[in-house]
Amino acid sequence: MKVRLFARARDLAGADTIDVDLPAGATVGDLRRLLGRRYPALAGLLQHSALAVNDDFADDALTLPVNAEVALLPPVSGG
Amino acid sequence: MSSALPLNVDRVHLSSQEVARYSRHLIMPEVGLDGQKRLKAASILLIGAGGLGSPLGLYLAAAGIGRIGLVDFDVVDFSNLQRQILHGTADVGRPKLHSARDRIQAVNPEVQLDLYETKLTSANALDIIRPYDIVIDGTDNFPTRYLTNDACVLLKKPNVYGSIFRFDGQASVFHPPQGPCYRCLYPEPPPPGEVPSCAEGGVLGILPGLVGCIQATEAVKLILGNGEPLIGRLLLYDALRMSFREFKVRRNPKCPVCGDKPSITALIDYEQFCGVRGQESHAPAPADQQGETTVEELKRRLDRKEAVFILDVRNPPEYAICQIPGSTLLPLPELPQRFGELDRNREIVVHCKSGMRSAKAVQFLREQGFTKLKNLKGGILAWAEQIDPSMPKY
Ligand SMILES: [Zn+2]
Repeated sequence: MKVRLFARARDLAGADTIDVDLPAGATVGDLRRLLGRRYPALAGLLQHSALAVNDDFADDALTLPVNAEVALLPPVSGG
Repeated sequence: MSSALPLNVDRVHLSSQEVARYSRHLIMPEVGLDGQKRLKAASILLIGAGGLGSPLGLYLAAAGIGRIGLVDFDVVDFSNLQRQILHGTADVGRPKLHSARDRIQAVNPEVQLDLYETKLTSANALDIIRPYDIVIDGTDNFPTRYLTNDACVLLKKPNVYGSIFRFDGQASVFHPPQGPCYRCLYPEPPPPGEVPSCAEGGVLGILPGLVGCIQATEAVKLILGNGEPLIGRLLLYDALRMSFREFKVRRNPKCPVCGDKPSITALIDYEQFCGVRGQESHAPAPADQQGETTVEELKRRLDRKEAVFILDVRNPPEYAICQIPGSTLLPLPELPQRFGELDRNREIVVHCKSGMRSAKAVQFLREQGFTKLKNLKGGILAWAEQIDPSMPKY
């Protein structure tokens, strides 16, 4: 599964995209926790970021579909 | 499709000069005379006269919006000129609202401008927003964004949202119950310091031009009642890759402000909500800050040739602009991997631009068992102001 990172998340993880393997039936919340463990620098921001699954924002209870493309969108405040 | 805003155009008249001015609108079926009258009958409140507010103010005025309210309390600074095209070099030091007024009136004197030279607060937001048809969020900080969102939800005003970071932009239109609000997307703000502002993280000067123009387009579409508004969609713009993507956002029935059973029914304290207040009072608190030193003290010690280790935790592009003599660069993001390079038996004076990041670095190093640490109060900006006036400030 591919996770695409945006804005500040890209800087903190030092990557544009991350490949992750999660067992079938894993949820968005499982993915969030896995990313936080793998990228400790990202952990704080992760809890306050939005995750979109196949271009649709999802809450943590959603079961990830097979081959989902996930986007991690942290909030941005500049104006 | 959106339901058009309720606007009364019965008594709106366009003079021959206005017909000439707006002729390229008037000949299009999507605008036409009726649409142009709607634009003239409409009122828009623009929160922030900075990066986003600049193209917004100029284009909305040029487009013939009848009344535009501007909220800003800031003064023009040299560092604004790279992107805030409402203000010119000669305006540095003037209130932003004054230069904004001059520029907008030069573009279109037909527009009625209401100036609010104040910070938008929980005490004044509802009164300021109430008399407008549309609100545009061009602010540069989380507390004002949450305040704007909540006030718009409470007053049922469409909130045309835009936000920028370095090369990345976001835009959407929040208008519950037709679509979600900002809190449906981001229920809670990130901890202070997690997401740098333009002042801390930098921003491509052109970026707010593009994002502000997207917001201006959405506002005009809402007034015309034409096209498909960005309601329920978050548009993402990546200038480095020159790509646009959009994501579906739904209204969250459990949203604390626009949900079915909202827990927020009046404005709250947004500085506290975003944790900003604690952060501001954090810097000068003397009691628990015996770990601080001043630029004067550091200068005295360097003059005495004391072997002070100065650790600069800024990022390399900042270090390239100016450095305290003899300092060692180790950017804060790299500290967790590289703190082993530091000598924990030696006293370390840590600094950044203004003292926030270095405070984080000191806290982190303490947790790793370092004890001889001092945070340089006011950072390199204080050094430039009090020790070396020839040093460039950024
Ligand atoms: Zn909401």
